[in-house]
Amino acid sequence: MEKGEAMTSFKHALMGLLILVVTPAALAEDAIVRIDASTDIQEALQEALILAEPGTTIELPEGTFSFSAALSLDVPDITVRGAGMDKTILTFKNQIAGSEGLLITSDRVSIENLAVEDTPGDGIKAKGVDTVSFRNVRVEWTRGPNAENGAYGLYPVESKNVLIEGSVVKGASDAGIYVGQSQDIIVRNNRAELNVAGIEIENSYRADVYGNTATRNTGGILVFDLPNLPQMGGHSVRVYQNKVVGNDTANFAPPGNIVATVPRGSGIMIMANREVEVFENEIGENASANILLVAYPREYNDPTYNPLPRRIYVHDNKHGRAGWDPDGAVKDLIAPRTGMPVPQIVWDGVVDGFWAGLFGPDDEESVMINEPEGTTFANLQFVKDHILPWGADPDRDIEDYAGSYEFRGPVELPQDKPVAVAENN
Amino acid sequence: MRVLLLVLLTLVFLMGVTSAPAVAAPPSTAAVNDAALLTPRPARKLSAYNLFKDGAAQVPNDGVYPYDLATPLFTDYAHKYRFVYVPEGKAAAYDDRESFVFPVGSVLVKTFAYPADFREPEENIRLIETRLLIRGDKGWAAWAYVWNADMTDADLKVAGKVLPVSWVDEAGDQRDIQYVVPNRNQCKGCHVMGDEFSPIGPKARNLNFTYDYEGGAENQLAFWANHGLLDGAPAPAGAPSVPRYDDPAAPLEARARAYLDINCAHCHRAEGPGSTSGLFLTWWEQNKTAWGYLKRPVAAGRGSGGFMFDIDPGKPDQSILIHRLKSTDPGVMMPEVGRTTVHTEGVELLREWIKTIE
Repeated sequence: MEKGEAMTSFKHALMGLLILVVTPAALAEDAIVRIDASTDIQEALQEALILAEPGTTIELPEGTFSFSAALSLDVPDITVRGAGMDKTILTFKNQIAGSEGLLITSDRVSIENLAVEDTPGDGIKAKGVDTVSFRNVRVEWTRGPNAENGAYGLYPVESKNVLIEGSVVKGASDAGIYVGQSQDIIVRNNRAELNVAGIEIENSYRADVYGNTATRNTGGILVFDLPNLPQMGGHSVRVYQNKVVGNDTANFAPPGNIVATVPRGSGIMIMANREVEVFENEIGENASANILLVAYPREYNDPTYNPLPRRIYVHDNKHGRAGWDPDGAVKDLIAPRTGMPVPQIVWDGVVDGFWAGLFGPDDEESVMINEPEGTTFANLQFVKDHILPWGADPDRDIEDYAGSYEFRGPVELPQDKPVAVAENN
Repeated sequence: MRVLLLVLLTLVFLMGVTSAPAVAAPPSTAAVNDAALLTPRPARKLSAYNLFKDGAAQVPNDGVYPYDLATPLFTDYAHKYRFVYVPEGKAAAYDDRESFVFPVGSVLVKTFAYPADFREPEENIRLIETRLLIRGDKGWAAWAYVWNADMTDADLKVAGKVLPVSWVDEAGDQRDIQYVVPNRNQCKGCHVMGDEFSPIGPKARNLNFTYDYEGGAENQLAFWANHGLLDGAPAPAGAPSVPRYDDPAAPLEARARAYLDINCAHCHRAEGPGSTSGLFLTWWEQNKTAWGYLKRPVAAGRGSGGFMFDIDPGKPDQSILIHRLKSTDPGVMMPEVGRTTVHTEGVELLREWIKTIE
């Protein structure tokens, strides 16, 4: 062995050691299970998902594979990786059992480079998972918008440390990307198209939603909080640098679900929630409104629930056309008060109590807006209108709402740390 | 020094003696194979556990006792044979509300079977699968064994299986289904409380009635206590009970809630997989919104059927709960697993109950 070689292999050994020390999972990451395209892939993949040792990467070949039953994963530290979102396609058109395509219930799981198509129920659901990543995954209902499509495309719920990036979701009859009752979330650089809701963050804490394109949905990006659920009080959500344009698909959600109330042509909609920052988005060609700030509109029986949006900060968005052809509640309740076109930003002005109704909510619990010159706005002042015998007109003076809130820094996730070792190369 | 050596020698000798039987004694072919039950890896064949004297006839081995539930979980009309085994000298701990706490080495056995003609339920019975819930030292494990055609033995199936099954029902109609043997993850889909695998059936309220044992009729809780299977049980009169869901003499609401409890509440409770819905269907749930009264759906998608409430009082056919129980579409139906057909009688019971709710 030459001296240089010895040196190199020593360096390699050292590197290996370093990797081991830095990332404890490195050793196990070597385990790769390749699913053979020629086998009965349904049984082979499900068996691999059950029998895999923690740390395994399960690799799927190129091709379109049909499944009649739901897949499920309950082993921690697993990566499932295809050959690309247009190359490895799992179709559930003939599914007879299971209410989603893939269900994940174990921690530290990553799904990458594959597509799930035409599930009768949800696409990929992660329930109660700590650290789950979807990277370059496509979930699609190939016939386009249809009330018979499944509800959610990518569906982490009651989970924490959620990363969804580079993915594509199309045709969901509820939300393409739906993060519910979860904590510490990044949704970035995805494309949501032809869903009822493109991206929805519901009853969740600390979410950063950025770099996404939401187009041709009924509503682009929704931040909601609902009553009667184990996790309520959604808060600390930042929606920024997204492109939310041309959301023009008629609402095709089955009635009963909250998204069935979303008007066609809603850009970004904030319902209930506390501390939501909406900034530097490009929002336009949304026929109802670009930004809607509203209270939960239905009756409920839950004394612990707060139905109002509070501490909302909207700033530096770039607005295109909006409100020329409103739909749903925007058409029936808002347009008659604002006239046409409906302003780019609308706050329903539903506030808590008589005093706030007359004079606006406390500064700490209010809505702050700093948008470019010329942005149109209306506060409908629903409560004031209700209190005063002579009613109240919408307040269109956007200057009255100038101000700001200090919000937290970026969400950080354990699976989203830069790899320090690479620099030693 | 010498004393210490002696002590050490004695210890070694004792260890040798005490461990010898465990290593040397082959599992008796007559008794239940405790060693196999304690092995983390499941046996490939059901027969390895010696749970039956006659598997095909479902005659249990000594120490393996049959039991039944007042209101059972519906599984595509399958007939079920249930057995419990608790190792000699140990007992399960009684609980008023949850499943009993079973000692390590216990096993719950459930065989799914179809008589060829339900009008003659004791004739031509085809055994489909036997599921074992085995209590190991790290918790419960679930395994499904699928019976061979001759019913001489059953093979372990980890990834599940779909089997065509046919029978003639009570009305004389031919029924054909694709019976789904669950995979291990699907078992956990229901059998989970928080992070822990958990049995569903053996709860006091569902066992508290008289069973027709070989040696004569006896209340099951009393029988379990008398046979050393169960510690700490009160007299049956002091334990909770639910009615049979199909007992016309029992109050309608109690029957409906018993049905929802056994069929739904293992998921639909704060500690279960269905917690995200906020619909909680345990026997003791008192919050009206939580058990569905005028409760709006959350993530039902097209499961809502276009209806506004899980239970719309007085209007069963506008209640999401009924809509989902009536469906066999995987994107709509509830429960999500365990059935491919509609339980007409169960749906009818719940419809009648919802009609009476104001």
